[in-house]
Amino acid sequence: MTVRIAAIAALTAFLVGLAVATFSELRVFLPALLRGAVVTIKISVLSAFLFWAMAFVTGIGRLSKIRPIRWTCAVYIEVFRGTSLLVILFWFFFVLPEFGVLLSATAAAVLGVGLNFGAYGAEVVRGAVAAVPQGQREAAVALNIPKHRYMLRVIIPQAIPVTIPGLSNLTIEMIKATALVSAVTLVDITFASVQQNQIHYRTLDIFLVTLMLYYCFAQFVRFGGAMLEERMTRHLGKVH
Amino acid sequence: MDWQWDFTFEVVLPRLWEAAGVTVYATVMSFLFALLGGLILMLLKTSRFRLVSFVAGEVIEFIRATPLLVQIFFLFFVLPQFGILLPPLTTGILAISIYNSALTAEVYRAGLQSVPRGQWEAAKALNIPTHRVYQRIIIPQSLPPIIPALGNYLVAIFKETPLLSFVAVGEIMHASKLIGSQYYRFTEAVTIAGIFFLVLSLISAVGIRAVERYVNKRILH
Repeated sequence: MTVRIAAIAALTAFLVGLAVATFSELRVFLPALLRGAVVTIKISVLSAFLFWAMAFVTGIGRLSKIRPIRWTCAVYIEVFRGTSLLVILFWFFFVLPEFGVLLSATAAAVLGVGLNFGAYGAEVVRGAVAAVPQGQREAAVALNIPKHRYMLRVIIPQAIPVTIPGLSNLTIEMIKATALVSAVTLVDITFASVQQNQIHYRTLDIFLVTLMLYYCFAQFVRFGGAMLEERMTRHLGKVH
Repeated sequence: MDWQWDFTFEVVLPRLWEAAGVTVYATVMSFLFALLGGLILMLLKTSRFRLVSFVAGEVIEFIRATPLLVQIFFLFFVLPQFGILLPPLTTGILAISIYNSALTAEVYRAGLQSVPRGQWEAAKALNIPTHRVYQRIIIPQSLPPIIPALGNYLVAIFKETPLLSFVAVGEIMHASKLIGSQYYRFTEAVTIAGIFFLVLSLISAVGIRAVERYVNKRILH
């Protein structure tokens, strides 16, 4: 049901956007906005991979028995959750060169956004791992399954479907957060629309198209997440 | 790397300290308006009229699906076209409040729904008038899940205020950008701004946990 609603919403938003783009005089500024959209999509996809990887690694690391690992993960999570993303982006781009680490704008943006959301995602993963019933652990001990195997084959496969709603919400948040990358000189949709606004003064049209584009991206992620969740929980025979 | 302590103490800290006031003011005002706006959106969404609740639901979805920065630009550039001229700070507070209203609306709704139905049925069986049911039974029980979530949004709003630097509101990020471009030294200003956010976020996290404990102790028991 949710899948169908999301699909319809995504399709309608896309069609409305297309119709608006074709039938009016938006052609002046649309190419620039679409070029910006490509940058937004590129940054989003790259940082999404980093974000998911960091979420799983540090989320599980936080539950480790080994103290240094647990503490490193905790410090990472607190630092990146506690600071503002814009400050982190600035820091990566303008301050890291002082320490001899030169990052390109894209690298700084991907690292900033990915690491920032990885910290939020880690909490989602931690919650999901904790939500796996205690009986599973006891059963694994009873069956004499070695520790690392039982984590990899018993706990994590059961935790992944639980993380999907949370992670897909965070992915939408992350796409919206990429609007900040103009701070490190990248021309994404948001910055392109500000530029086009200064050239053409068609504020309402330009920003409506921009809002529409972001709305479309969000609907696609929502749709994808719902589909993935349905697929992964299908064998459980749950009725959604 | 060359970190200059003189520069940090003589230029960066005084100017960031002034700007910190703007950050705190924007955070507090946005949070208060978001609390109120969320309540209104929640009431509209749970309205008995289908059309009202549908429109409110879609508005919430749209606000949640678009970036706050674009909304800030939208209000900043579009409102003047309709003859509404507001100072940047007011526009920024308005944008942050609207965005977070959509989020707090969901928090309120989830909180009210978390109260078991049996409580309503029991209140009806005891013939307690509706407003008393809300006042004495439903709202007190819905507070424990709501308060930590609202606290998290206070911290989130605090961390969203640097976005206002894009429309030239003189908050802490704007001040550190200005220092950076004036002296061409970003290291000190941006690092201090980062530490400022980290420290205040950690302090408020402790504060939220204290409020949470207080609510659980005093209101529930």
